[in-house]
Amino acid sequence: MDDVAISGSLRQRLMFGLVLGAAVLGVILFFAVRSYATQVAQRGQDGILAASAASILDAASVRGGVVDLDIPISAFTMLSTPADDKVFYAVRQDGAFLTGYRDLAGPAAGDGGQARMQSFEFQGDPVRAVTASRTLIGLQTRSAITVTLAQTQDALAVTLQQISRNAAFLGFGFFALAVALSYVAANAAIRPLERLTDSVARRGPQDLSPFEKPVPAEMGPLVGSLNSLMGRLDMSLQQSEDFIAEAAHRVRTPLATVRSYAEGMLQRVDRAENRTAVRSMVRAIDESSRAAGQLLDHAMITFRADHLESQQIDLVDLVQTQVTQLSPIADMKDLELRLHADGAVPCQGDAILIQNAVRNLIDNALKYAPAESVVDLTVTATPRPTVVVRDQGQGFPPDNLDTLALRFQRGDNAKGTIGSGLGLTIAQDVAQAHGGSLVLANQDTGGACVTLSL
Amino acid sequence: MKFLLVEDSEALAHAVSSRMRQDGHVIDHAANLADARAFVAGTEYDLILLDIMLPDGDGRAFLKQHRASDLDTPVIVLTARSQVSDRIDSLDLGADDYITKPFDHAELEARCRAVLRRTSGQAQTTIAMGGLVFDPVAGQLTVRGQDVALRNRELRLLEVFLNAPGQLFSKQKLTDRLFSFDHDVSENAIEVYVGRLRKHLEQSDLKITTFRGLGYRLDHG
Repeated sequence: MDDVAISGSLRQRLMFGLVLGAAVLGVILFFAVRSYATQVAQRGQDGILAASAASILDAASVRGGVVDLDIPISAFTMLSTPADDKVFYAVRQDGAFLTGYRDLAGPAAGDGGQARMQSFEFQGDPVRAVTASRTLIGLQTRSAITVTLAQTQDALAVTLQQISRNAAFLGFGFFALAVALSYVAANAAIRPLERLTDSVARRGPQDLSPFEKPVPAEMGPLVGSLNSLMGRLDMSLQQSEDFIAEAAHRVRTPLATVRSYAEGMLQRVDRAENRTAVRSMVRAIDESSRAAGQLLDHAMITFRADHLESQQIDLVDLVQTQVTQLSPIADMKDLELRLHADGAVPCQGDAILIQNAVRNLIDNALKYAPAESVVDLTVTATPRPTVVVRDQGQGFPPDNLDTLALRFQRGDNAKGTIGSGLGLTIAQDVAQAHGGSLVLANQDTGGACVTLSL
Repeated sequence: MKFLLVEDSEALAHAVSSRMRQDGHVIDHAANLADARAFVAGTEYDLILLDIMLPDGDGRAFLKQHRASDLDTPVIVLTARSQVSDRIDSLDLGADDYITKPFDHAELEARCRAVLRRTSGQAQTTIAMGGLVFDPVAGQLTVRGQDVALRNRELRLLEVFLNAPGQLFSKQKLTDRLFSFDHDVSENAIEVYVGRLRKHLEQSDLKITTFRGLGYRLDHG
């Protein structure tokens, strides 16, 4: 991620969109609930007002051509509220004021006298008014009685305030819930992407196989391009590996031929100077082929050290394999390779790298140890998995101890021995790639002691 | 010993074959996989030396096929490729050992010997002569029924002499056969090994005669 240009975040963008939507929905919910509640509350007040007006009208009668109206108490008690709302009324006969508040003018009653509602301000208070009328029919007379009732809205306002508060809580609650849900949803949407990232990151350096796990449709093209990129990379890596192998083959096969001939020639040549020349030839060939091999190994180790393929290995087993591999060479000098270990030494590491390092160390010991001596290999588990190689040669030149592990550095006493100067470098690189170290020392009894710890 | 060498480079094959014959081995040479299959089908070998990159295919395919067909002839892979993974590959496929080209003939010989010792059954070719019995593969020497422990270089020196009794070997020749090119070796070093070998042969009817300025010869009686 260090060198990737980042612009915004999918998760944040998704979260932002969802939260914004939730906020809008929360506000709409608040207003919708409040307006509906207002309507319901208003309808309740309207119903009572209409009933009250009707009960007044019910009390009106024509007696002997005269309108008789005795306003029932119940008409007012039914309008009483906890907030002690004020009630105003006005009764008119055929438009002429009979009783109540003269200046209370409500809405006109509907045709046939049904109740009509209106809100307005009366004597400085907002009121809800109802007007209803009824036509009273006597023997000769026919007169229309109109009742207007108005009530202040304090109780209603209190109710509405409560409802608004609850609606606000409800809206906010929904908003909060939606935020939580959108967090979950954003995570769920991102998860396949994270899984893909994870599986890319977890892959070993050699693993360039295509991704086969199903992914969501939107990620299809991405994974498709990724797979095709990996395919091309795999092919080009394969090609360069093949190229290196082919190059090594091309170089080494003729060298091998020349060497075999030179060796054969040595059998037939007697003159000292010719023999020296042929021997030098063989040694030059060995030198160059060894250098080529070590350079390739070193390149491979540098590559692998960057992408360590760690696995559980038994260090003793690994060293034992190398001992078996190298014992024919040890036999040629009548050297004995002795492996000392108490049981298995399990450790985590790249088997190929460690094999190469151990091989180089044993190889060195075999080269510098005197014939018919013993090379001791000790594998221990504590404090860290360690391989110690001791030989009975003349040891490292004390002046070179610090520089011997550097690339192409060879000891002052190595003049007569074939080598590339890369063996210890390889071992050291391997140790460092595993978080360990390579320590060179001389034993008190003479002979080199190399400690490779992982 | 009967060897099959599968190697496409004529020159290298010739050089290896002539050295092998010098050591008293019989060696057939196949330049490609098809020939190799024909040889294996017709003859029983003690050991196969197999190159990896061949004109008509990958030697590892041959190796796999060879192992699948239940033949237990040991195989040493000759590889010019040096990548470690490649070596492991061939060992996984059933090679008994590998050697990287270009190789020291002494190393090839040592590896052949080690592989044969690991894999051979009882039926061994032994050399019996002048009261001694010598098993070159197991590296065992018996003189008048007594086991004699030989070091590797003593063993190889004895082998050289036993392969050509009565032939005079110069110090140089013996040095070339016994020492690899890794080190500068003085030709006088050979005297030490000749001396030791003489001691081992004391009880037998064989003796190593010194010809001053010329070399050594193994004589009977």
